[in-house]
Amino acid sequence: MNFAMLDFSKNYFELFELPLGFTVDAKRLAERYRTLQAVTHPDRYVVAADHEKRVSLQASTQVNEAYRTLKDPLARARYLLSLHTGDPGTDSETSKDGAFLMEQMELRETLAEAQSSPNPHAAVARVLTHLAEQSAALDKELAGLFADPTPANLTSAREIVRKLQFLDKCRRDAEDLEGLIDGRY
Amino acid sequence: MAYSDKVLDHYENPRNVGTFDKDDPNVGTGMVGAPACGDVMRLQIKVNDQGVIEDARFKTYGCGSAIASSSLLTEWVKGKTLDEARQIKNQEIADELALPPVKVHCSVLAEDAIKAAIHDYAAKRKPE
Repeated sequence: MNFAMLDFSKNYFELFELPLGFTVDAKRLAERYRTLQAVTHPDRYVVAADHEKRVSLQASTQVNEAYRTLKDPLARARYLLSLHTGDPGTDSETSKDGAFLMEQMELRETLAEAQSSPNPHAAVARVLTHLAEQSAALDKELAGLFADPTPANLTSAREIVRKLQFLDKCRRDAEDLEGLIDGRY
Repeated sequence: MAYSDKVLDHYENPRNVGTFDKDDPNVGTGMVGAPACGDVMRLQIKVNDQGVIEDARFKTYGCGSAIASSSLLTEWVKGKTLDEARQIKNQEIADELALPPVKVHCSVLAEDAIKAAIHDYAAKRKPE
């Protein structure tokens, strides 16, 4: 197989020969990525014509982008939303879910206080664990909703994606803080 | 991206950071968030019996523009009636802080926060 045989009008799931849905077989994703990478990698086209070099670079970029999207649950959920509805749900509309936002505020406060706590590492680790549990629960809901993508379910999925974006931001902040505490920065 | 001097001033010296007791009947709490960037904002107002905002507090986890927008807003609403506070438009905040177009949504978040706080206060005051 070479890159010319790849059809880039396919969606990412088709490109990776995976069933359309939120649940992705990580092993198959990784295997297929290696295969696609092998046939599209620009190193293979060092002695090829300029045109071939260019196309292989484009193909390789697209394969990488598809892999990144399918690998990350939040990116995958947004991609599924855009496939189903044409809208990835990353609008700028304000969230007003008071209880959820209050909890997000408290998590960020805990994180801010962690730095001055006697055991900052453990405090940040607790926040990260909590975030991971919350995300896992929401991911599970998403799997069910995307398995039956009715308009009502897609509306619910969009709400969950919005929540996951807050959790994701908090996780990145927590990881940055962890790095800071470990003196990695 | 360069922040304006006014944004930097509010970012470095935020006004009225803190909390009121959200269960106080004279306090209205607005909780809003921007899913696109993950910013979370809490804006609280303390209202007297004449319907005038006596004091305001905020806490924002977000970028400098979001912090400055909410900080500025707490200054502006003090001494205003609820009706006056409701009239504040995000564009006035964006203009005052010289927010670039990509950061205008931060001022929208602040406007939504004061509206939510007024709404919360009104809901508390509604006769049973």
